[in-house]
Amino acid sequence: MSEKERLLFQENSERRAVRAVYLENQANTRVDERVLEEMLPYFKEQYGNAQSMHSLGAVSKDAIEKARKEVADLIGSRENEIYFTSCASEANNLAVKGVADAYKQKGKHLVVSAIEHFSVLNAARRLGQNGFDVTYLPVDRYGLISPEEVKNALREDTVLVSIQHANPEIGTIQPLEEISRIVREKKIPLHTDATCTAGIIPVDVNSLGVDLLTLSGSQFYGPKGASALYIKKGIKLTPQIDGGIQENGRRAGTENVPAIVGFGKACVLAKSERDDNKRKMLPLRDRLIAALPEKIEHIYVNGHPDKRLPNNVNISVEFVEGEGMFLLLDQKGIYVSSGSACASKALKMSHVLSAINVDPAVGQGSILITLSKYTTSEDIDYLLAEFPPIVKRLRDMSPLYSYFLKTGQRRPAGPGTDYEHEHEHEQNQEEE
Amino acid sequence: MAFYSEKVMDHFQNPRNVGEIKDADGTGEIGNPVCGDMMSFYIKVKDNVIEDVKFKTFGCGAAIAVSSMVSEMAKGKTLDEAMQITNASVAKELGGLPPNKMHCSNLGADALHKAIEDYKRKHGGTT
Repeated sequence: MSEKERLLFQENSERRAVRAVYLENQANTRVDERVLEEMLPYFKEQYGNAQSMHSLGAVSKDAIEKARKEVADLIGSRENEIYFTSCASEANNLAVKGVADAYKQKGKHLVVSAIEHFSVLNAARRLGQNGFDVTYLPVDRYGLISPEEVKNALREDTVLVSIQHANPEIGTIQPLEEISRIVREKKIPLHTDATCTAGIIPVDVNSLGVDLLTLSGSQFYGPKGASALYIKKGIKLTPQIDGGIQENGRRAGTENVPAIVGFGKACVLAKSERDDNKRKMLPLRDRLIAALPEKIEHIYVNGHPDKRLPNNVNISVEFVEGEGMFLLLDQKGIYVSSGSACASKALKMSHVLSAINVDPAVGQGSILITLSKYTTSEDIDYLLAEFPPIVKRLRDMSPLYSYFLKTGQRRPAGPGTDYEHEHEHEQNQEEE
Repeated sequence: MAFYSEKVMDHFQNPRNVGEIKDADGTGEIGNPVCGDMMSFYIKVKDNVIEDVKFKTFGCGAAIAVSSMVSEMAKGKTLDEAMQITNASVAKELGGLPPNKMHCSNLGADALHKAIEDYKRKHGGTT
């Protein structure tokens, strides 16, 4: 590290030390101290491979089986229905590709929603390139999937339906029980990506009526590196990683024992503390949703007013661009994310915002704020104090805003916006 | 490593020459079709020299930094000199831009050139 770099690093650290308000909890959460404590021995002393026959290996094996029970207890399944993976993306890939492959003799049609996470959407898209037919279900302006539309999409050759439990970006919670009744009637496997609900709100595989469910510990104060796929007994699935006998032959690869142990502990804590955490986050979320439009003109809340995750706030700020806002918030030690085109590495507006028909000019100014159990009332005060001047500063240099002030008219930000979702992109071109 | 260079962050946080010129001699505007950025440039010209330049920009951090840098580079230059400013030379002056921002946000020089062309149109190409 050069002297200049060292000074910069020091300056950054000092700046961060002033105040750090982490509000990107849909991306990752801070590991709970009690989770970390539980994990540490499995780095230091109990480092055996869980597949080894000696007694050190047995300790790891036992730890994994304990965690398996803890995960099962959180979602109301049996232990032998829980399969550990490295991340939620892997679990989603295993569910979508694994089930599609195992049932391909029966048919080659899948149904997914247009606002799934990319690990479902792109897995489905790849199957589409390999001879499968994929139906992408539209959503309404709140992001809700209509059970009726699901019903109409089902065919004789449908082998999998994958509908997320809630959307991580706009927080909309789907009527999954209703959807599962319809899908079950046809005896078609139903997968749900519950990555942003498990550990946050009640998730029970029996009451939801799903056959496969993805959950991830890092979303609720567990470590990165361990997630799980619930696979109901009797559901067939082709492994996507071939190798040894781990996870009953359905997912090969040496188990990440410390992460799995931490995941299990996070599930135990979530089961007893989830409702308290929700009671803490909900008023903070509602305060933000009420106060932001009071403090800043021309902003819109994306997502559903009630059927919404207790930690999700997604707003579009008109006349400014999202990346500018999050960079300036970052300077204040406030960490959020943006669904704008300029902030995404692909330079395209979020497929979720375009699916709920957010005007591209407005969607560019989107900010996603997600709370955790660590978020305090002071954090919200700080955000509410710092955010309005940032918006004002960017609006003062926005030609779209000065045009609006002069004429009272809105003008489009640009001739058009590219869409991430090929399906919608095609539709768009047709409309043009 | 931060996403943007120190110089980009400086121009983004402390943009130079933000605003509009009411009685501008030339104005130019450019929009990006993909991500929807928009830049408006205003120039005041005296004796063939850009005496004052202001801009307004809707766009990401890079778009704002680029606009600011262009305004700084153009001020005091003759029209011919200012026409030599390219998007590439602006990016270089900023100490580089992330690869995915090179095309989408780096349109400041184009907007400036449009303002100069507008001036020339209005003034018959001579001063």
